[in-house]
Amino acid sequence: MHFLTNYVEMAAMVLFGIGFTTLLLHRNMIKKIIGFSIMDNAIFLFLAAKGYVEGRTAPIVVDGVQSVEAYINPIPAGLVLTGIVVSVSVTALMLSLTVRLYRRYHTLDIDEITAMCRQEDDK
Amino acid sequence: MDILGVILLAFVICCAISVSMTKNLLTALVIFMSQSLAMSIIWILLESPDLAITEAAVGAGITSLLLFVTLKKIHAIDFQKKEGQPHGKDQA
Amino acid sequence: MAKIRPDYENSWWPRFLRWLESGSSALDDALLDELSSTAEEHLVEGAANASTREAHDEERRLLSIRDEKLLYDRIHRWAHSKGSRIIRWLYRITAVAICVGIIILLLNTAANLPPFGSPDNPVNNEVSQRYIEQGMQETGAVNIVAGMILDYRAFDTLGESNVLFIAACAVIILMRLPSSPDSKPTTEQLEAEADDRMYEPKNDMILQHQANFLVPLILLFGIYVIMNGHISPGGGFSGGAIMGAGLILYLNAFGFRKTERFFTFTTFRIVSLCALSFYAVSKAYSFFTGANHLDSIITTGTPGMLFSAGLIPYLNIAVGLVVCCTMYAFYTLFRKGDM
Repeated sequence: MHFLTNYVEMAAMVLFGIGFTTLLLHRNMIKKIIGFSIMDNAIFLFLAAKGYVEGRTAPIVVDGVQSVEAYINPIPAGLVLTGIVVSVSVTALMLSLTVRLYRRYHTLDIDEITAMCRQEDDK
Repeated sequence: MDILGVILLAFVICCAISVSMTKNLLTALVIFMSQSLAMSIIWILLESPDLAITEAAVGAGITSLLLFVTLKKIHAIDFQKKEGQPHGKDQA
Repeated sequence: MAKIRPDYENSWWPRFLRWLESGSSALDDALLDELSSTAEEHLVEGAANASTREAHDEERRLLSIRDEKLLYDRIHRWAHSKGSRIIRWLYRITAVAICVGIIILLLNTAANLPPFGSPDNPVNNEVSQRYIEQGMQETGAVNIVAGMILDYRAFDTLGESNVLFIAACAVIILMRLPSSPDSKPTTEQLEAEADDRMYEPKNDMILQHQANFLVPLILLFGIYVIMNGHISPGGGFSGGAIMGAGLILYLNAFGFRKTERFFTFTTFRIVSLCALSFYAVSKAYSFFTGANHLDSIITTGTPGMLFSAGLIPYLNIAVGLVVCCTMYAFYTLFRKGDM
């Protein structure tokens, strides 16, 4: 059991839980989008912590040293680089949907929007 | 990852908690921006400089900018007539 | 004689005593009232003729319908005021309980993972060993991560650029205001522009002087980060985002008229299409030579020079251009509704 040595992964899990709670509990849509983004950041923190090795340096070849004992694992860094760009794309799409919903219903509260949709369906 | 890493992780968690507890949308946005900046320094401590540059440019730059423009489009920033400073509308 | 409060009869103790003594509910009271009134009316009328009896029947029927409707309205109002509050409170408690449960479960899993930072984790296997030891010879890139995402795993980067492009297309569909066939601006566009100008000062002196100094520096730095993606940390994405931020600063300082002189919707379409097509064609070339066991005619050059590493600088430029145009497109579509 590595409670104290795995503190970065534990912080990532706590951050994920906080983001998830923000997504569930608030009715304002901007808060939900911010909670989504916090969850994304937590996942990237977890992935990048998997590639870190103690005492080694960043994966850029200096002085021709190419042994595997001098650099950290470069694979999780590549995965997170893709993930950050996808995260900003999804956030931009969600924000444009929010702006269109506001123009139609003039409120940011998701419960009120659902009620208005149901009223329109009943008519 | 030494004592600076532990302090920065605690800062990021405190920022996340306070983002979900404020009522003012503009305050939540500024705290989210500072959380992105602290994450960028954590990437450097984890020895990934590519991620640090990308997170600083994209997270603390583009995402926060888009959120700000959205807040402007939905009229959640009001001008106080007396003070002349913008402040975010209070929403739950 | 003790003083009694004016609303004493409505406080909880007298109401409780009345409920104890009455021993029946409101519906039973209404039924008893109706039965007794029916009995009285029969006694009173006696030998009255049928039409008046029918009129009284009709009146009683209407009264009972009205009472039933009042009862349903009371239940309906309770469900909408107090019932919804109880459901909302219950939802919050359940949501917090579920989230705390998930966090505890995940923390338990994280405690059982291999220790953080140890060199013989299962994640440090022979794949990363191959990338580190022979990365510079096979790709020619000094930056191992850039060589990995643009040579060994270039297909993933093509998919990611496409995701960015699709997001830009979706935002264009959602946010673009329709333009009229002739070149006069429609009322919607004029309203959007007036709405956008509400909080912005026009021709701000501080911003313009600063932008005169800063925007060339930011664009130059962005180009430097893109071109040196395979030698030092950086690459297409970060350089593209920096260039996009520089263009956004120019737009904020000088307004839409000056920016539209060199960046319109046609520019965005042509640049994105050419960059993504170039990326796809160059990777198709690699598939072709690899499948037919041919050697690639593009040499890797000496590591450390600016134009080494095969196709990697050109791919970096393509990705950087797509990211720059997309970030600028997001901003201006939100602000104005058009490019």
